[in-house]
This record gives sequence, structure tokens and C-alpha cells, in this order.
Amino acid sequence: MGKPCVHCGADCGSSPVVWDEKAFCCHGCKTVYQILNENKLGNYYEIQPMSGIKIDAGQPLKKFAFLDIPEISEKLLDFKDDNLSRIRFFIPAIHCASCIWLLEHLDTLHPGISFSSVNFPKKEVQITFRSDQITLRQLAELLTSIHYTPEITLDQLDKKHIGKANRSLLLKIGVASFSFMNIMMYSFPEYLPGGDLLEQKFRHIFGWLSFILILPVVFYSASDYYLSAIKSLKHKVISIDLPITLGIFALFIYSSYVVFSGKGIGYMDSLAGLLFFLLIGKWYQGKTYEALSFERDYKSYFPVAVTVVEAGEERIVPIRELKKGDRMLIRNQELVPADAVLVKGKGSIDYAFVTGEAMPVSRKENDFIYAGGRQAGSSIELIVEKPVEQSYLTQLWNQRAFKTEAESLNNHINHISHYFTIVVLLIAFGAFTFWAFSDLTVAVYVFSSVLIIACPCALALTVPFTFGSTMRAFGRKGFYIKNTDVVEQLYRTTTVVFDKTGTITLNRKVEIGFRGESLTDKQKLLVSNMVRHSTHPLSMALFDFLSGYETVQPDQYEEIPGMGITGLIAGQRINLGSESFVTGETTLADMYESRVYVSFDGRLSGYFTFTNSYRPGLEEVIADFGRKYKLHLISGDNDGEAANLRRLFGPSASLKFHQSPTDKKAYVQQLKKQGEKVLMIGDGLNDAGALAESHTGISIAEDVFSFSPACDAILEADRFGQLGRFMEFTRISFRVIRQSFAISLVYNIIGLSFAVTGNLSPLVAAILMPVSSITVVAFVTFSIGWIGNKRLREMSN
Amino acid sequence: MEAVIFLIVLGVIVAGGFLAAFIWAVRSGQYDDDYSPSVRMLFDNKKQKDTETEFSESNNNN
Repeated sequence: MGKPCVHCGADCGSSPVVWDEKAFCCHGCKTVYQILNENKLGNYYEIQPMSGIKIDAGQPLKKFAFLDIPEISEKLLDFKDDNLSRIRFFIPAIHCASCIWLLEHLDTLHPGISFSSVNFPKKEVQITFRSDQITLRQLAELLTSIHYTPEITLDQLDKKHIGKANRSLLLKIGVASFSFMNIMMYSFPEYLPGGDLLEQKFRHIFGWLSFILILPVVFYSASDYYLSAIKSLKHKVISIDLPITLGIFALFIYSSYVVFSGKGIGYMDSLAGLLFFLLIGKWYQGKTYEALSFERDYKSYFPVAVTVVEAGEERIVPIRELKKGDRMLIRNQELVPADAVLVKGKGSIDYAFVTGEAMPVSRKENDFIYAGGRQAGSSIELIVEKPVEQSYLTQLWNQRAFKTEAESLNNHINHISHYFTIVVLLIAFGAFTFWAFSDLTVAVYVFSSVLIIACPCALALTVPFTFGSTMRAFGRKGFYIKNTDVVEQLYRTTTVVFDKTGTITLNRKVEIGFRGESLTDKQKLLVSNMVRHSTHPLSMALFDFLSGYETVQPDQYEEIPGMGITGLIAGQRINLGSESFVTGETTLADMYESRVYVSFDGRLSGYFTFTNSYRPGLEEVIADFGRKYKLHLISGDNDGEAANLRRLFGPSASLKFHQSPTDKKAYVQQLKKQGEKVLMIGDGLNDAGALAESHTGISIAEDVFSFSPACDAILEADRFGQLGRFMEFTRISFRVIRQSFAISLVYNIIGLSFAVTGNLSPLVAAILMPVSSITVVAFVTFSIGWIGNKRLREMSN
Repeated sequence: MEAVIFLIVLGVIVAGGFLAAFIWAVRSGQYDDDYSPSVRMLFDNKKQKDTETEFSESNNNN
């Protein structure tokens, strides 16, 4: 083990890069250190040591030439005048206090930057700069040079994300709390012994003040409840918001009547308090992960522009302006943005993310290439066949299946509120009829009392706080759910559908074996130094596999795209690559594994085999799920591993291979028709349709901030083994909800017994309603927090 | 008892002032990011001031 890198903390290995007597793991890290050191920004390393970002040597730095095109830069800029411009960059790498410090001191790096500020939860930096001194492109390149690469994708051109909804909820809470506190002060004298001795004049004043203060609460703060109640009625569902609305209006109308007749201030304090608590619940439930996106489509994956070759000259063209017949230049690791025909170069297209095929496919001249693949290897040129919007795969992803409103209203809480509302109305009318025989005034009073006290505040707070706490517990463990409805959907799951590539297998990691004469250490060293220079995925995997050898420069090196590598190193000629390239023959071998043949001085030694490796913990997850759910596997890849997978999944699971994205979606659709509650677990764009179609779609992501397809939940890849525990936890959440419902039912029975006998006074309401709400909230938050700690703590952090 | 009326009016005005301050704070985006300011306040002040003056100067130029 060597020293940790001063910049990023990675192990420097046996031969660190040394500068200024400090050790670095690579030249990239050293360069960033130099830049920061020259500009006296060394503080970066003091705030949070070794927290710099490492960019792997194999990854080419991103290019931002497209930012020079005015129509692109204008769409990205928030603000622009003659010399000042403002831009917000999304930088997924932002992760610590040092990042904030450095990004807010960008002005030291370039005089053209006048101000920058970081929004940490969104992982955004807002930069104001003088456009006559630094261009947008230079700015992006400056950020990239210190390894804070901004992510600029096609969808940023279309819309600007500004979170306004959260602000309006906060304002509503503010208004409700203002009114609540003041009205409470006016109500207080009435509850004290001798309150009835209060001068009539004051009773009037207090009443009128309360009435004025309650108006913004009823008509502004609570407005969402009315809208939602009306919306659910349209779908013929009695949602929890309907009895809440009834309760609010019963309280408001009755209390206004009391105020107008000069008898006091009625239940104004309870009403304001109730809405204040309800809104707090809504706010707690509404926690969102701002830096994550659950709504992405292909646009977040596609680049903004592409290089086009025209009459021998290269030109950057916005993707939207690509038309049939354009000649595109796609470099190593760039994405093919439109359906096209290869005209120059050898294509080695990595479709893992779009179709689920594990290994890159090779394409030769005149082959047709679908959009979405990534070129791995030297540059290629292609002629566009169809514009981006009409490409085969983009069209496929555009067929989004939106969950209907009616479907989302069909949940547990609304089911209960359905019966609850009917029972409450029956009791109210029953009590009214009973009292109407003796005294009509009392009857009206009893009727409104029942509606007031039965307002399901405690009931309505149970779900937001239980699911809100569950969501937070999940988030701390690397499982991010879109909203609290997902908890219920997960709980109801009966069928689990897995994708293969990237979901149950490790995307970038393959198991490598060797068949043939065993290699000596010397030979391994030579092979390692050959593949070091190649960016082909197999070479990179092989280099990882053969790591730890010292560096020897090959005397001669040539990479023949689509074939292999040949080179002269330490006096030996080494050939690495496909069978036909190394041996000159083609045997009809098992095509389900990838092989790299190797020969030394023309003598064949054998071949490396590359097979997928499964995610750690997969066996336990499958065994656990196999007992509880029906299992399915749908893969876009070949059936090379069918036997292996059958053993894993057991005899009853259904395994499908060679499935196109449309097949996957149709498959989930069919399962839904059979009445199954489907949980789909996928990772790539090829699963996007199935993820959207399923009841719950979980997307597995190595890096949750980079691209993942539209889904309901995002799971950090290394948490995959714990999926079973998360599912189990949803059961616990439901148990807590049931217990909490029982508690609120007890309160309701007590309250109703006051109401039907005509004994409900504002004092009883003022005590009973907050107490019931607070008990319920305390009960669910502590139960979930306590159980969550116990159950989820066992997971490694 | 007139003192009570005076106090009530005063109370509403003070509370209203706080409400207005809260509304202003929410509108100006102070609740949008509740993490960065807690880190930012620990940074070296001198540097920060330089940036701010530079920024306001450049604004004046417009």
C-alpha cells in the first residue's frame, strides 16, 4: 500500500506522482493541485482533506465546443445582458464543504468570474461572469480542469427546473401559524375560570379579530385540501381530503355563526391549529431529493451537440438540427445520437444501457447503427438516416405510460376514509334526528359538533408521518423513493421482474478467467502494459484484472479497431485480440462468452474469458423474494447464462431472453392484466418502458446523480443486497399505520361521545384535537425511527 | 382595560411584522438551500467580502 493521494485520497500505489513533496495517484490529480496552489486556493485541502475528485485516466475529458454556438448557450443562460451573464451548472461531483468553498472562490481562478454560489441540495452552482472576458465554453472547461465537470444534457435546453411548489407550502404554513398563535391568545380567556365574566365588548373584539385572522387560513392555507377533495370526487373516490374539507367547513361555518351572534369565538383556535398541524404533515411528507431526478427520459442521456463533417471541415451542430444525410463524427466514448449508417472506421458500439447487451457489438462500414449506443474505440463517421426525434429508440422511450390519477387515489388511506366518511355522516344524521324531536337548535349544534370532532386530523396525519419517516430511513440507507405513495406500492407487490444486464450483473465488472498454458508473471506484466494504452472495454477490464504491475513502455504499439492490439515490448511481439486476429483461424466456438486471445512471438498461449459477474448479495435477495413473490427475469441479452440463472431463480421463475424494450413493456402489461402488482427492477433505457408501466419501478444506479431512467425509486447499486430488508420494512410501516389508526379511532369515539350528547364545548375540542394529533404523530415517528434504527442499522454503512 | 386593546393591536402588528419577514425570507429563496449557508459561514470572511464588493461594482456599471 502506498500513501493516500493528497488530492483525492485514493491509494497512490508503488509509484506515486510526486510534486511539491506531495504524493498523487495520477497526473490528473496533480494538475488540479497545481492549479489550486498557483492561485492560492490551498485552503481547499484544509477544509476537508483529500476530498478532491478523481477523473480516471482512461476517461477523456469532456468537450464543450458546442457551448460556442449562440442558440445553445442562450438557452442555457439564466440571464444575459451586454457584459454580464448568469448560468446554473449541474455538477454531480459536488459532495462536501471543500467543494462549496472552492466553487464560491472561482473568481480567484479567472478575473472574468464575478460571483458564484452553490446550492448544495441541488448540486448546482450559479455563476455570474463577464461574457467579454470569459465565454461559457471557457467557463465549463475551467470547471472541468479542476475536475468539477458540469453535466449539460439535451433536456436542460427545454426547461428550467425551479422548485416553486415547496415555497408556496412554506408560505401556507407561515400564514396558518401566524393566525393560530394569535387566535389562541384571544381564545385563552374563555377557557380560564371566570372567563364568562369577560366584558361583552372584549368578547366582540376577540370574535371579530379571530374571524378576520381565520379567513386567510381557510381560503389560502387550506385550499389544496378542497382542490384535492373535488378531484377525488370526480374520480368517484372518497379520499381522506373529503372528510377533512367537511370538518373545516363545519368548524368555520359554526364558529362564524357564534361570532356573528356575539357569543364568543367558537372553535376558531381549533380550526387554525388543525390546519397548522395538517400542513406540517404535508411538508414532512413532501421531502424530495432535489439533486435526483425520477422523471428522466432519453433527453437527459443525449448530448447537446455533435460534430458534423462538411466538405472536410468539422463543425459543431446542435442535435436538434441534425438532418438526414449529415455526416457525423463520433469519437471514443461519444454517443451516437441518431439512427445512422457507418461510413468510415470500425464501430465497436456499447449498447449495454439501451438494449441490455452486455458486450460491445462490432460494426463495419455500411452497417446500420441505432441511436443510443456509445462508441468504444477510435473515431467513426456516420451518415444520419433519421433525425433524432424520429430515431427508433427515441420513439420507443417517448411512449411513456403515465400512471393515471384514479390509480394513485386507490390507496389504503382512501379506502379507510371511504368507510370513515360514511359512518361519520350516519352518526351525524342519526344524532340530528334524535335531537330534532326535542330541540331543533340543539340538533343543529350536535350535527355540526359531530362533523367538527370527527374531522380525521389524526387519521390524516398518520400516513404522511409514517411514510415520511420511512422515506427518510430509506434515504439514509441509499434507497431514494420518489414520493410516499411508493411505500404503499412496494408493500402491495406480488410479482418481481428483474432485468439482467446492469441490474443483477455488474455493468462494468466482468469475471475474467484464462484458458491455455498458464502465464508467467513476466508475461502478465507485458500484457498489462499492452492493454494499458487501449480504451476498448475489454482492454480496460483486462487492465483492471492485471493491475499492480510496473509500467513498461512498449517499443511499438498499434491498435487495429475491431481486431486487437499488436506491439513490441521488451523484445517480444505480442498480439492480443479476436481469434481471427491472433490465430488467423475462426473456429465455431461458444459465442456466449467474450474471448481475448494472446500470443507471444507468434506462439498462441491461450485466451482470456470474460463473463458477467453477479451483484454481491444477489443469491440472498432472490432466495428471499422467491419465498414471497413470483419471480421473472427479462433480459435484452442472449441466453448464454440461462443455466446459471435457472439455478439461481429456481424452477418456478420465468426467464426470458432476447427481449426488446417493447417486449419488456408488453410483458409487464400482461402481468398487470393478470392482476399482479408488479415491481420492476431495471437499470437502463431499455427498461424505461417497463419501469413506467409497472406499479413500482426501481432503477439501480452506480451513481445516483448521473443518468437513470424514469422510475419511482432509485437504489444505490451497492445496496442491492439489502433490497429484501427494504421490502420487509414496508410491512412494518403498515403495521405502525394500523396501530396508529386504532389510537385515532379511540380518540374519535371519545370525541363523538361528547358530540352526540350535545356536550362538546370549544374547550373540549381545543384539548382533544391537538392532543390526538400530537399522540399520533409522536407514536408513528418514534415507532418508525426506533424500528428503523434497529432493523436498518444492521446494514453496513 | 383600554391597555388590553392597545396590547392586542401591538401584538397583531408585531406578529404581522414577523409574518412579513417570513414571507420575504421564503420568497427570496432562503429556504431553498438549508445546507450551504451553514458551511459558508465558517469560511474566511475577507475573501468573501472582496467578491461581494466586486459584484456590486459590476452591477453599478450596468
